[in-house]
Amino acid sequence: MDASAPALSVRDVTKTFQTPEGGQVHALDSVSLDIADGSFMVLLGPSGCGKTTLLRCIAGLEAPDSGQIDLRGQRIDDMPVWRRRVNTVFQSYALFPHMTVAQNIAFGLQMDKVPSAAIKRKVEASLEMVHLSGLGSRKPSQLSGGQQQRVALARALAKEPEVLLLDEPLSALDLKLRRGMQSELKRLQRETSITFVLVTHDQDEAMAMGDQVAVFNAGRIVQVGEPREVYLRPNSRFVADFIGEANVLTGRLDTYGLVIESLGLVPRDRLLDGTLLPAGPVHVAVRPENVTLDRDPVGTAKVTDVSYVGGDIRVEVQTASLTIVSRVPSQRVAPPSIGDRVSVSFAVESLCVVAD
Amino acid sequence: MTELDAPAGATTRRGTARRARRGVGAGLRDFPTFRAVSYLVFAFLYLPLVFVVAYSFNSNRVVSVWRGFTFSWYAEVLGNDDIQRALINSLRIAFIATIVSVILATGLAIGLLTMARAGRTFAWTLIGAPLIIPEIVFAIGTLALFVQSRVPLGVNAITLAHIAFCIPFALLPIRARLRGVDPAVYEAAADLGANEWTIFRRITMPLLAPGIVAGALLAFIISLDDFIVSYFLAGPGGTTLPVYIFGMIRNAITPGVNALSTLMLVASILIVSLSYLLTRKRR
Amino acid sequence: MGASGTALETSDSATSDSATSDPRAPESRTPASARRQRQAGQGSWWNGLPGLVYLVALVLLPLFIILVYSFLSRAKLGVGVKWQFTLTPYTELLYSESLSGGRSFDPTYLQIIANSFWYALITSVVCLVLAIPIAMWLATRPPERRTALVFAVTIPFWTSLLIRTYSFIIILNDNGPINGALRGIGLIDEPISMLYTPFATVVGLVYTFLPFMILPIYASAERFDFRLAEAAYDLGAGKWTVLRRVVLPSVRPGVIAGLVLVFIPALGSYLAPELLGGGKSSMIANVIAAQFGASRNWPFGAALSVLLLVITLLVLIIFAIVAKRASRAAGRGGWEALL
Repeated sequence: MDASAPALSVRDVTKTFQTPEGGQVHALDSVSLDIADGSFMVLLGPSGCGKTTLLRCIAGLEAPDSGQIDLRGQRIDDMPVWRRRVNTVFQSYALFPHMTVAQNIAFGLQMDKVPSAAIKRKVEASLEMVHLSGLGSRKPSQLSGGQQQRVALARALAKEPEVLLLDEPLSALDLKLRRGMQSELKRLQRETSITFVLVTHDQDEAMAMGDQVAVFNAGRIVQVGEPREVYLRPNSRFVADFIGEANVLTGRLDTYGLVIESLGLVPRDRLLDGTLLPAGPVHVAVRPENVTLDRDPVGTAKVTDVSYVGGDIRVEVQTASLTIVSRVPSQRVAPPSIGDRVSVSFAVESLCVVAD
Repeated sequence: MTELDAPAGATTRRGTARRARRGVGAGLRDFPTFRAVSYLVFAFLYLPLVFVVAYSFNSNRVVSVWRGFTFSWYAEVLGNDDIQRALINSLRIAFIATIVSVILATGLAIGLLTMARAGRTFAWTLIGAPLIIPEIVFAIGTLALFVQSRVPLGVNAITLAHIAFCIPFALLPIRARLRGVDPAVYEAAADLGANEWTIFRRITMPLLAPGIVAGALLAFIISLDDFIVSYFLAGPGGTTLPVYIFGMIRNAITPGVNALSTLMLVASILIVSLSYLLTRKRR
Repeated sequence: MGASGTALETSDSATSDSATSDPRAPESRTPASARRQRQAGQGSWWNGLPGLVYLVALVLLPLFIILVYSFLSRAKLGVGVKWQFTLTPYTELLYSESLSGGRSFDPTYLQIIANSFWYALITSVVCLVLAIPIAMWLATRPPERRTALVFAVTIPFWTSLLIRTYSFIIILNDNGPINGALRGIGLIDEPISMLYTPFATVVGLVYTFLPFMILPIYASAERFDFRLAEAAYDLGAGKWTVLRRVVLPSVRPGVIAGLVLVFIPALGSYLAPELLGGGKSSMIANVIAAQFGASRNWPFGAALSVLLLVITLLVLIIFAIVAKRASRAAGRGGWEALL
């Protein structure tokens, strides 16, 4: 088998739902995506963007209207759910309430007609892997949310699927537990080297976990890349806004460079890909941490809001026509006060020209 | 002092503190006389049944004049051949009606989930019809149907009719159970490699089991206790226990009626309590 | 058996959405029809087909035959009908035929229909007056005790209607406990005749249908937000004002549902007038039964049944217009609370 071939390949998958009013919703609009073998792919997007629909199409819980899904080069989109070597961790965990934890985990193995001695071993190993050894005889209702989550994971992983699908698996957990489970999931993925595909609407989670992030919007994938790349080089206004906080400024690109109203000019050769972009009006994204504010009695901007976010100070300033957000670690500078006059500057390398 | 510090709306301590602070805190939810009326209503609901039970032990042949305690009416009733025949008829009808109605109701409960809107409205109208149609109309309607289609009256005719009105009673607990199931568990089972039949056998049925048993118990008492439909469909050989009791009441009321009634009351209350426990337990 | 088909129906549509879609998944905001599509392991609509066919055969078909019979002639001998079209069964409602063949207006059946309405109405009102206090009282009990108490209200419903009705023969007769008690304390010398009067019939009806009034009102009262009452007290209202102006309007859907669930089955009652009324307070059902029994006039019994069905439907429609939401409350409160 070709080592560089993707574990999972999605080609032009389209899925449309009928609304009761007779309208149509394009849950997936010709989506294509390759997921590398052994990687951790995160599908990220706001509610209703189609990411879960894609996951369900891969699992076989939903049938795409058109397109093709290949698992290790074998077409699977016309295969019934129970025949696909793909397993899912459900958002609600979907543990069988009438079975014990061990029976839950054994269920999938019994379906594969694994001999019962082997099942017993595998159940033990799976429980150990998720640190639940000794809880095999409990009913799901006797477990905490975090423990149920682990059982759901163990149940899916016990089948050693080619690809593990996780549908917002951490959304029901509280913040602290969620952080712990994030690293736990990464560890499991590394140890098993199974391809993970995780759906989330939480950008922090996506950044923390994914080797690759696919950002969804309105049934389309708008950008795929490593988390850092997506964060630093968003290719669209949507991605810039959705991932982290961004100042999106309007400017104009001409022969010499980029002109941003009331802020100044950046020569073309200092912009990333600057020489390739056509002239015309553009949007420019800049992250708050790349905005520098200096106290300046004759500065063009005035501080309108100061707040503490985590360890940072977030400062909002108002220029003649814009609101700009800046973020600096709180211990670095004395915070400005509301009403202070400041001058605004950017690190030029951090500017990113984005599509609308 | 602690009462003074208790926030309004906190559970009150009964007794003096409460009386002293009338109109403050949790007492605001109570309305005057409602408690008294409630006790009276409970008395109204249960006293008639209590009298039936009490007089079943009355040794006086005149039903409602107490003379002394005896079990003899139970012995007399249980030893009566006609009553034994009627009991066997009743049980046979109830068993078959229960089994068939539960099977049909389970199918309906599952089917209703995936029915289109129009189909569901139609289905619910049909299911609810035996409950909304005056029972006398249902009784003579089935009588006319059986006479017209030359189905002989008797135990089998009664069974056929009972199945129809047992369906809604069997359906409701099954449906309640089905609705409590996260639909994702079916998906999870399919995802783990189970096909439709395996899912039905290993997931759907075990999850529905308590609802099915509860529904069966309800169907059973509804069939066992039915009088009107059985009365019209009984024919010569189809006398059920309620039909027999009706005859006793009509002809001559003896304390035997009370004994028989007590036995039926006890059976009904036991069965419905069991059903209740089954549906409440896992919530 | 009781009442409320429509209640069942609407309770389904009110809750079906939560049944067919997973509320937790953000993507479940996709349209309902999409979620309704067949999913693995959830079975299919045809599972319900045998049940539906059965109900058509044993519920719809009998009604249809009743309708047909009501336009046929009575059989000369024995049971059944003669297959000859006639409107006589319906004219018999208003006119009686003398031996010579002449027709004269006869209000007997109109009187019985009016009686039935009157008894059903009194029953509904009495049930309502008793049910509101107990429903409110139940709704304000601590949750653990509440379920047990509500169950206690439902238990009599599950016991034999025949025995429940019969119990009032024991209670109301001249030597019964009520007369005994009144004589015992010297209030009366001669027993008061209560059994075999319209009074006994209404008492029996109230007893039979009281749970159907309590449960839907309770279901509404249970959902009542007592912070509204607190707000009213805070604004200076007294207990009765709060009850009248704030609480009762909120339980109105339950009240309307309860009225439907009591009035309709009470109207078609057979046993209470049969056993307790002693022939002095016959209702429609007793006349129908007589036509299929001793009177052997099936077409006339069928016509009366059609009339009873039409009245039932009209009452349902009127109540549905009065409160669209009532049947929903009946579904939750009536049947669902029973089970």
